[in-house]
Amino acid sequence: MHEEVIISGFGGQGALFAGQLLTYAGLYEGRQVSWIPSYGPEMRGGTAHCTVILSDEPIGSPIVRNPTIAIVLNPASMDKYEPLVARGGILVVNTSLVRRPAQRSDITVVRVPANDLAYELGNVRMANVVLLGALLATKPIVSPDSVKRAMEEEIPAHRKHIIEPNKRALERGMQYVAEGR
Amino acid sequence: MSEAKEEKIVFQRPKALCDVVTHYCPGCLHGVVHRVIAEVIDDLGIQEITVGIAPVGCSVLAYNYIATDFAEAAHGRALAMATGMKRVHPELVVFTYQGDGDLAAIGTNELIHAATRGENITTIFINNAIYGMTGGQMAPTTLPGQVTTSTPTGRDTKLAGFPIRVCELVSTLEGSAYIVRRSAYNPSEIRKLKAAIKTAFQVQMAGLGYSLVEVVSNCPTNWGMTPLESLKWLQENMLAYYPLGDYKVKDSVKELMAKK
Amino acid sequence: MAKVLMKGNEAIAEAAIRAGCEAYFGYPITPQTEVLEYMSARMPALGRAFVQAESELGAVNMLYGAACTGARAMTTTSSPGFSLMQEGLSYIACSEVPAVVVNIMRGGPGLGNIQPAQGDYFQMTKGGGHGDYSPIVLAPSTVQETVDLVILAFDLADKYRQPVYVIADGMIGQMMEPVELPELKPPQRPERPWALTGAKGRPRNIITSLQLDPPTLEKVNLRLQETYKRIRENEQRHEEYMTDDADLLVVAYGTAARIVKTAIAKARRDGLKAGLFRPITVNPYPYDTLRKAAEKAKRLLVVELSAGQMLEDVRLAVMDKRPIHFFGKMGGVVPMPEDVVDAMKKALAEA
Repeated sequence: MHEEVIISGFGGQGALFAGQLLTYAGLYEGRQVSWIPSYGPEMRGGTAHCTVILSDEPIGSPIVRNPTIAIVLNPASMDKYEPLVARGGILVVNTSLVRRPAQRSDITVVRVPANDLAYELGNVRMANVVLLGALLATKPIVSPDSVKRAMEEEIPAHRKHIIEPNKRALERGMQYVAEGR
Repeated sequence: MSEAKEEKIVFQRPKALCDVVTHYCPGCLHGVVHRVIAEVIDDLGIQEITVGIAPVGCSVLAYNYIATDFAEAAHGRALAMATGMKRVHPELVVFTYQGDGDLAAIGTNELIHAATRGENITTIFINNAIYGMTGGQMAPTTLPGQVTTSTPTGRDTKLAGFPIRVCELVSTLEGSAYIVRRSAYNPSEIRKLKAAIKTAFQVQMAGLGYSLVEVVSNCPTNWGMTPLESLKWLQENMLAYYPLGDYKVKDSVKELMAKK
Repeated sequence: MAKVLMKGNEAIAEAAIRAGCEAYFGYPITPQTEVLEYMSARMPALGRAFVQAESELGAVNMLYGAACTGARAMTTTSSPGFSLMQEGLSYIACSEVPAVVVNIMRGGPGLGNIQPAQGDYFQMTKGGGHGDYSPIVLAPSTVQETVDLVILAFDLADKYRQPVYVIADGMIGQMMEPVELPELKPPQRPERPWALTGAKGRPRNIITSLQLDPPTLEKVNLRLQETYKRIRENEQRHEEYMTDDADLLVVAYGTAARIVKTAIAKARRDGLKAGLFRPITVNPYPYDTLRKAAEKAKRLLVVELSAGQMLEDVRLAVMDKRPIHFFGKMGGVVPMPEDVVDAMKKALAEA
C-alpha cells in the first residue's frame, strides 16, 4: 500500500494533529511513515497543512504534488487541493465551512458537516478527527483502533481529558459516512 | 667554624607566575597586575583548579606568564568561552583577563550577558583608555579630548560619543555580585587591588555570582609618556572619569567578607 | 529498542544526548528552534549543561569553551546564525578541539526565509571562516540517518579533534519519521590529556590558536592538513541507489536526494533508467567513488536546493568525462518529484 494524505485547514483547526494521529497509527501497523507540516512565521490563524505518507516501501520525497487523499477543513484548502488530488483519489470535505460543491468527477468526494457534528459532541475543535473518521470509513488506510491507540499514547498527560471525546468524534465521522447522517 | 646563618625569604616570585621575561613595554602595569593575580592564586592555593582566558590585545600572551591552564579566546569572546567551561566544570576557578577594547567594545554583549546570568566567573578588566596592541587607537574608554591615532585632534564626543564606565554599567545587572574599580599606580593601590582580586575569586568559589575588578591602568608607549608621567596622567585625568571604589557588593558578598 | 516517531529537530537533540553530549548552547532561530527547546528541558534534567546564549557568537564561543575542557558539546543553528559562528569555528579548528555543529539550512541569502534550502554548502564544506581548515560535513536525508550521523559526528570530532558539522535543512528538521535511538547512558569521557581541567598532577595545558612565529604556525597548519588527509582516506561515505543500469546518474544530497529517489521511481515507470549517487560526507567529498559511478552512466544530473554549489565538486570528480546537467531551486522553493522527472527527461533529450 502507498497513500499520500494532505490535511489542510486554518491554523488552529487541528490539521497537523490529525495528521500525526494518522502517522502514529501507520507506525503501529508496521508501515513506513512520514509526516511533514507546512511551517511559517504565523503561529495562529494562517493556513496550515501537513502531508502524511503511509507506505510499504521506504519513503523518498515526503512532499507530494498530487496526493491520493486530501482532507480539507476550510474553503481555501478546498480551492487549493481539490484540483490536485490524484485521479481516483479521495477528497474529504468539511461542508460546515466549505459550501460549494466539488467540481471533480474522477475522484471520490466525501462530504461531512464536521464542525456541526463536532459541536453536537461538545467541542467544535474536534472537526479534524470527525473528518479523519470519515476518511477511514471510506477507505480504511489504518484501523480506527490504531488511531485510538495513538490518542491514548500520544496526547500529553495534562490533556488526557480530550481522549475520550476524540474517540467519540472519530466514531461519529465513521458513522456519518456509513449511515449517511 | 662559623655557623650558617638562617635567612628568611621575604620576597620571591609567586609560584603561579612563570619565570620568564614578558613582552610588555617598560612601565606598563600589565606585569604588576599579572603578579598580583599570581600572588592571589598562591594565597588561595588554587593553581591546580584555575583556568585563565586571555583576550585579544596587549595581554594576548598572558598565558605565557600566569602558570595555570589557559585558553586564548577570540576577540571579545572570553566570557562566552568562560561560560562554556564553567558550566561543564563548576569546580574550576575560571577567570578572564581583558582589556578595554576586548571587554567594552567588541565583547560588550558577552560581558553584559555573562554578568546578568550571574555566571560564577571573575573578570580582571584592564582599562588604559586606548588600543595598545594595534598602536594607540581610540578605545571605548578613551577620555573626551584624548588624542589617539584615530582621534588625532582629540576625542570629539559629537563624533565619537562618550567613554563607557564599565563598573557603573555592570553593577546595575542583578547577576553581578562584586564589581569594583581599583588601580595600581602606587604600592598602596596595588595592595588594595590584591585584596579585591582575592575577594573576587572567593566570590566565585562561593558561587555568589559574577565578579569584576577593573584596574585603571596606563600605556606609556601609546600615550607618548615616560612611565612616571603616565602614572601622573592616570591620576590627574582618568580617576576623575573613572573614580576608584566599590560599585556593587551584594549582601551575600559582604557576609562572605565578614567571615574571612 | 522500539521505533518512536520524532521530529527531525527533536531527534537531533535526543541523539546528541544519547551520544553523551554534556553541554549544549544555542540561540533561537527558525527552523531549528525545537532543538534548543528540547535541550532546555532534557539537559538540566540529566544534570548536563544548557545555556540559551545571547547570540550565535556567544553560543559558538561557549561551545569552544566547553570543548576546551574535553566535554562533548554541541550547538545548533540555522543559516544566518551559522554565518555568525564562522569566527569561532575557525578558532575551534585551529585549536584542535572536538565540537559538533548542526546547521538546519533555510532560504537565503540575507534574512531569506525559513523554508528548506541548501545554499550554505560552500560555507560549510569549504571552511566558511578564515584560514586553511576543512571541517567534516555529514549530510543526512532521513530522520533516522540524522540520528545516526549526529552520533557519528561526536565520534569523529573526538577522533580527529576537529569541528564536525551536520548539514540538513528545514524539511528534515520539521518532518516526523520513525527512529530508533541507542540507549541512554551517562556520558563517558575518554582520556583527554590536552583538556583544560586544572593542572593537577600534570604540566599545565594551553589551548591557543595564536602562533606569532610563522614556522610554528606553518607546523600547526601542516598537522591540520595531515589530519584532513587521514579524514579523506578513512571517512568518505556515500550511497548508491539503482545505479547499476542507470543511463542517467543523478547526484544529490540530503532533502534533495530523497525527492530524487521518488523521481527515479517515477522515471523508471516511464522507461527512463536513472540512478542516484548520494554523498553522505559532503566533506570529505567522495570524488573517486563518484568518478567510478559516473563512468557507468552516460550523463549526470546534479539536483540541489541552491544555484549549483555541490555541482562544482561533481565537476571536480567527473571532470569532462561525462556531460553534467544541473537542476536547482532557490529561495526555499522545494521541487516536487515530477519537476525532477522533467529535468531528467530534459537532460537526456539534450544528448
